Amino acid sequence: MNAPAYNFAYLDEQSKRMIRRAILKAIAVPGYQVPFASREMPMPYGWGTGGVQVTAAILGPHDSLKVIDQGSDDTTNAVSIRKFFAKTAGVQTTTSTLKATVIQTRHRIPETPLREGQVLVFQVPIPEPLRFLEPRETETRRMHALADYGLMHVKLYEDIAQHGRIATTYAYPVKVEERYVMDPSPTPKFDNPKMHDCPALQLFGAGREKRIYAIPPYSNVVSLDFEDHPFERYRHDGKCALCGAVDSFLDELIMDDHGRRMFMCSDTEYCETRRALGNGAQGFSKATEAAPA
Amino acid sequence: MIGLGNERPLLAAQGLSKWYGRQLGCRDISFQVHEGEVLAVVGESGSGKSTLLQLLSTQLEPSAGRICYCMRDGITRDLAALSEAERRFLFRTDWGYVHQDPPLGLRMAVSAGANVGERLMAVGWRNYRRIRTTAVDWLDRVEIDSRRIDETPRTYSGGMRQRLQIARNLVTNPRLVFMDEPTGGLDVSVQARLLDLLRGIVAELGLAAVVVTHDLAVARLLSHRIMVMKGGEVIESGLTDQVLDDPREPYTQLLVSSVLPP
Repeated sequence: MNAPAYNFAYLDEQSKRMIRRAILKAIAVPGYQVPFASREMPMPYGWGTGGVQVTAAILGPHDSLKVIDQGSDDTTNAVSIRKFFAKTAGVQTTTSTLKATVIQTRHRIPETPLREGQVLVFQVPIPEPLRFLEPRETETRRMHALADYGLMHVKLYEDIAQHGRIATTYAYPVKVEERYVMDPSPTPKFDNPKMHDCPALQLFGAGREKRIYAIPPYSNVVSLDFEDHPFERYRHDGKCALCGAVDSFLDELIMDDHGRRMFMCSDTEYCETRRALGNGAQGFSKATEAAPA
Repeated sequence: MIGLGNERPLLAAQGLSKWYGRQLGCRDISFQVHEGEVLAVVGESGSGKSTLLQLLSTQLEPSAGRICYCMRDGITRDLAALSEAERRFLFRTDWGYVHQDPPLGLRMAVSAGANVGERLMAVGWRNYRRIRTTAVDWLDRVEIDSRRIDETPRTYSGGMRQRLQIARNLVTNPRLVFMDEPTGGLDVSVQARLLDLLRGIVAELGLAAVVVTHDLAVARLLSHRIMVMKGGEVIESGLTDQVLDDPREPYTQLLVSSVLPP
């Protein structure tokens, strides 16, 4: 298992130094996208190559790594990345949010509050929040430099005009430390408030787009909105069918062709912990809802 | 329209020249525009009109000469000395730029309301209802049916697009508007309506404008003063009716006489 053919955590030391420098710069300028020389990783783009490189650069031999994919510890992406680092770095892996020192995530922030000393690494597909409004990279960089962010509100305006409310549900833009507008990666907007004043360090890696950005601990993170259409968290109106949680972000599961559905925690570790403490499990039929007539 | 104590020009160009390598764009152009005054720049294709407009609106850097602009706080500043942030701010508050081709000046993928509201949001408006009310108000003023506020400009006709572009530019009450062939590419009846509208708005708001056009009728209807350009230089300038009715230079005489009778 501890194959000596690999350097610790797969990347060579020079590459890790380069990535660390980018990370330090990103922490120094919260929300700013730092370009870095993204390496080829032994997985396709879109599978978390950015996050993996950041994790590889910050991982030490005594770290305990947790990897989640859409909140779950046991989906393909999470399992393969966890195995990757178990093999190439020999670090301890865990599914416990409390015990982990480094958590790599795809599209969720754990329900269990993070603490000081932990690092949350996000996998980011498209780091540029203005991308779909302004396709020119030269122009978006200039807009960031001049804090020229009127365009971001054009998108929110358009949402309200078309849907009557801000219909953006994930990758909801935030402003970090009252300066840079940032894409929090495709996390549901339910998780946005968790980024504000978070004791843990949050790092974002985009492999294909070659960008790293960061939110240092206890930073001010504000979701953009209008005075008369304030930011609202969204969660399904229901409780987890397995653990009965009413405060967690829920996944919807369609049960059959008649539209019966059930909700359950997206964060599997949170759900399991609650069940181990004796919560929930109030019968299958109660938790499911009949299809609307 | 011109208030007391406003003898200072709003915009003053001194010795403006632009070379594209060895190719001349325009040479040694000096003039002034006062508040509430409309200046037309006419001339044939390639005479340097568009180069001049781009120099004035700081989209191009002049090879020689300078442009001074009297800011809202009454201080006249050299545009070349402004930081890019200041220049951008000027561009989205105090200035407007109406392109000949509306897609260049509009966001074609977002609704008309968002197009009009963009400048307001850029200067910090954060109240949806107020932004929308203002957008409806401006659509009314440029004679666009406000029920179409949530449609994208793709569904608009050419004339409507041009009017939307004007609304989008004027929503922050700019003091100076640059127009590059504002009626180009529109059919004659639509042109007439647009000109009527422009004339009304310019007079009502006391706008200063620099209008580049090859259409002498546009110049006659809109402008107070006129500059005739040829080969990159200004060959004649003066009051619009004076220049058009009594041209001095042979080229201007040719230009005026070459308008086709309907």
